[in-house]
Amino acid sequence: MPSNNKSSRLSVLKTYKLYIGGQFPRTESGRYYVVNDGSGNPLANACLSSRKDLRDAVSAARAAFGGWSGRTAYNRGQILYRMAEVLESRQPEMIRELQQSGSSSAQAKKEITACIETLIHYAGWCDKYQQLFSTVNPVASSHYNFSVPEPMGVVGIVSSSENALLGLVQAMCVAIAGGNTCVILANTDRPLASISFAEVLATSDLPGGVVNILTGKGSELLPWMAGHMDVNAVLLDPSTSVDRAALEQAATVNLKRVITLKKEDILSPYRILDLQEIKTTWHPIENIAPSGAAY
Amino acid sequence: MAKKTKPLRFDTDWKYDPAPESASAAKINEQYELFIDGRWQKPQSGKYFETINPANEKILSRIAESDEKDVDRAVRSARQAYEKVWKKMTPAERGKYIFRIARMMQEKARELAIIETLEGGKPIRESRDFDVPTAAQHFFYYAGWADKLDYAFPNKKVAPLGVAAQIIPWNFPLLMAAWKIAPALATGNTVVLKPAETTSLTALKLAEIIQEADLPPGVVNIITGAGKTGAAMVNHPGVNKIAFTGSTEVGKIIQRSIAGTKKRSTLELGGKAANIVFEDAAIDQAVEGVVNGIFFNQGHVCCAGSRLYLQESIAKEFIQKLKDRVATLIVGDPMDKNTDIGAINSKSQLETILKYIQIGKKEGSSIYQPACTLPKKGFWCPPTLFTDVAQSNRIVQEEIFGPVLAILTFRTDDEVIEKANNTPYGLSAGVWTDKGSRIFNMTRRLRAGVVWANTFNKFDAASPFGGYKESGFGREGGLHGLTPYLEII
Amino acid sequence: MKRSSPAQILPDFRRTRVVDQTGIEERAARFTKRSIKQSSKQQALNQVLNMIDLTTLEGKDTDQKVRQLCYKARHLHDELADIPTVAAVCVYPNFVRVAKKALEGSSVKVASVATAFPSGQSTRAIKLADTRFAVSEGVDEVDMVISRGKFHAGEYGFVFDEIAAIKEACGKARLKVILETGELGSFDKVRRASDIAMYAGADFIKTSTGKIQPAATMPVTLVMLEAIRDFYYQTGRQVGMKPAGGISKSKLALHYLVMLRETLGQDWMSNEWFRFGASSLANDVLMQIRKERTGQYQSAAYFSVD
Repeated sequence: MPSNNKSSRLSVLKTYKLYIGGQFPRTESGRYYVVNDGSGNPLANACLSSRKDLRDAVSAARAAFGGWSGRTAYNRGQILYRMAEVLESRQPEMIRELQQSGSSSAQAKKEITACIETLIHYAGWCDKYQQLFSTVNPVASSHYNFSVPEPMGVVGIVSSSENALLGLVQAMCVAIAGGNTCVILANTDRPLASISFAEVLATSDLPGGVVNILTGKGSELLPWMAGHMDVNAVLLDPSTSVDRAALEQAATVNLKRVITLKKEDILSPYRILDLQEIKTTWHPIENIAPSGAAY
Repeated sequence: MAKKTKPLRFDTDWKYDPAPESASAAKINEQYELFIDGRWQKPQSGKYFETINPANEKILSRIAESDEKDVDRAVRSARQAYEKVWKKMTPAERGKYIFRIARMMQEKARELAIIETLEGGKPIRESRDFDVPTAAQHFFYYAGWADKLDYAFPNKKVAPLGVAAQIIPWNFPLLMAAWKIAPALATGNTVVLKPAETTSLTALKLAEIIQEADLPPGVVNIITGAGKTGAAMVNHPGVNKIAFTGSTEVGKIIQRSIAGTKKRSTLELGGKAANIVFEDAAIDQAVEGVVNGIFFNQGHVCCAGSRLYLQESIAKEFIQKLKDRVATLIVGDPMDKNTDIGAINSKSQLETILKYIQIGKKEGSSIYQPACTLPKKGFWCPPTLFTDVAQSNRIVQEEIFGPVLAILTFRTDDEVIEKANNTPYGLSAGVWTDKGSRIFNMTRRLRAGVVWANTFNKFDAASPFGGYKESGFGREGGLHGLTPYLEII
Repeated sequence: MKRSSPAQILPDFRRTRVVDQTGIEERAARFTKRSIKQSSKQQALNQVLNMIDLTTLEGKDTDQKVRQLCYKARHLHDELADIPTVAAVCVYPNFVRVAKKALEGSSVKVASVATAFPSGQSTRAIKLADTRFAVSEGVDEVDMVISRGKFHAGEYGFVFDEIAAIKEACGKARLKVILETGELGSFDKVRRASDIAMYAGADFIKTSTGKIQPAATMPVTLVMLEAIRDFYYQTGRQVGMKPAGGISKSKLALHYLVMLRETLGQDWMSNEWFRFGASSLANDVLMQIRKERTGQYQSAAYFSVD
């Protein structure tokens, strides 16, 4: 444990746990790993999640999916905005945490600000992207026909190595603004801010299970995520170094979609669309009035 | 039903005489080559396979079998046409070519319908009234998109992907070719298309139309063969896009083969659609929808409504009505204009269906098949209803792809939503109720790409089609059908 | 009304089964895809002829006109051997006696409209008197109209009771109940009116008076056939169907016959249970029969127009 603390009082060290189903459990495996600060000195212990933690997280995400996707879009937008509010109020702490992990003060500030802006941006998308991607289709029969985007379901997210927190927030927003629930594998080397961010989530009216955050080794968890029959899509940060071919092969077990987050166009509603299915509904139209009637 | 009431009798004194469509209105060559680079080319191997009429097992023609070299020739031809001609052509001109193909298909509608029925086994009524006109509609619809892509995705630039390898199934041979080729061409891609080995002919007829339409050589290449040919197409490094319609099993193999490559894919795979009837529905129209949902095209339909969920309060009456309706279905010669259920597409598919019927019986379900005389030659399966079925039965869980309906009951909305979604598939679903608010609840909660409310098995070029979950990904049809063929920048 | 058993409970007519228009129209269109050829066609054409109610319901009708029509009913086209007669001749009540006499000794029935045909706008007493008069003149079948105004006003009990009363007045004559579907406005209402008529005792339900457009169409007839089917399964009692008006070509009549065959089946395939209310249909069917027999396309000039 870090012992290089110079303050006169013995500081209370934070235990970084997992965030699953709205709770903060330790890993069921009892394993942990040491997280270093920017200079390579031990900073804290983080949970080394096991595949069973992943399983629990996916169960929590699945259980939350019906409720989250069934909420009104307006309500989802308010919850994302609330996240921004809570993060704003916890800026100093989060900045400090990023600095501990090696960011400069300016970098840390910039990253947190960007996280807040992203949350606000996506809070606004929640009740708008549907209008951009829905169509009423002029079919050649007496039917009313329309297509709307719907969330894919449970999304596994592999977050980035650079700007670990921002990458996580971006990927999370893309998923949950569109009504998906997610399981996020935080960056292995810089997981602490992610867990602290989970505390933001836990105090933001976000229902438990909508976002689940695991720490640990991607190499250990990713194959289980890709092969999980109840995960509908995997969203990869482009900066992560994963064996994409292996991941995509494992993903075929249930034809899950493997999507790389287009960060250069992160504000676009097309990012939400990446994790949507299109549903088309048909219904007959009663057509009693004689054709050509002038009303 | 009143206790003494005799069931209705549909074995009427008045019968319909045979009304066969004349096969002579269609010209089928004795042998077909590969359509590569705008010309008919012999397969490298010199090998051919026979294609038969599943209604009488007579040989219709010999079809070239492509190997890897032929695939390579076709892909190179498509690449060349893409780089040198198609990519550079103005979108409006591209559109005019596609319009031209649409019109020529309409002109040759009768011939196309006859060949579709001779080789595929589907009733001529369906080929004539559904497959061919809808195929032409797809070309007509997407032709108009060619010069409007900038308006389709506001604030975005779009670019074609390049060469699309397209592999289509045997259940709607011409229509699937249209679903694949029309959007690919409209978006500026070039195509190598392979029809299924039991149903190559209408795709080859389409090649003749494309040749006659004077489409620049190589823009569309149509090659024939079986699974090996398809695999060579998928694995060819010169292909940018795979579009596949077929089984989930093969879809997974394709996804595995292209893992880690930059190839994009659209997969339209299996299904096990729930068709849900509530007690307040327009019952007779629901019966009709259920019949069309499962017996259309002999049930060889990925979105077929193969699981029927009846609200318990109407189950008995509904099943009686269903039996009455099924009794009037005419099974037999697909070329007869009165035939409702034609021949099963192939011997192996018939074996699969019969295997499932055996499984259904062994699982303890009650079977109903109307009395009908089936021809001696050819592959036939009467319309089949299973009652006393449990959710866990294999005939409820697995795709049969034949005229076999599993009938279950339910009591509450929640229960039926859970049962309907209790499947790895998510292609389509049906719901029948007169209550508007219930329709919107059901259509929202059913996890399927197409939901038919108070109707079933409707298709249109303007309407996106495609599945959730293991039914695949990507949409075909409508505005959304453009996306899989474009880079949206 | 007669009830098949005392335990039978009348349905709530406010809650009759709904009908989906698009679905009905699709199904009706499907019948027209049946291709009727060869002996099947000849058999069907004879069947159609035998189901026709030759009709004259005009202000300018006279005894002589009715006699001419009755002659036609018995001698559709003497040149053609082995053709059936029509099912019935349908006239106003004051011509029943003339028609009965003209048709004496034949199997052709005499039907009469009654109940202030075609509007039905009169008192119950007058409608009953109208019916009793026709019955006293020896009519075989009575074609009544329902009170559409009361029906639209939701007074289903009134409509029901009226039909039941007329049925009683008919005695042995069979009662056809005209819904006048062209005035009902939706398939749901056609279905409801059909149910009311059948439960009130109708022996037949009939689409139209012929005085209002649209008259019979295939979809509206299908709605009524499906109502008949449900009523049969509910009560065990067979009710007949008569589309009237707008069916003047044999090809269309064959489509109706296909619809009948595939909706109600064998037990309805006779003029006891199905009629075409039409006057010009007969000649077109005759032309078709002659065409089938001679192989030549026919001219209307060779078929009498009574």
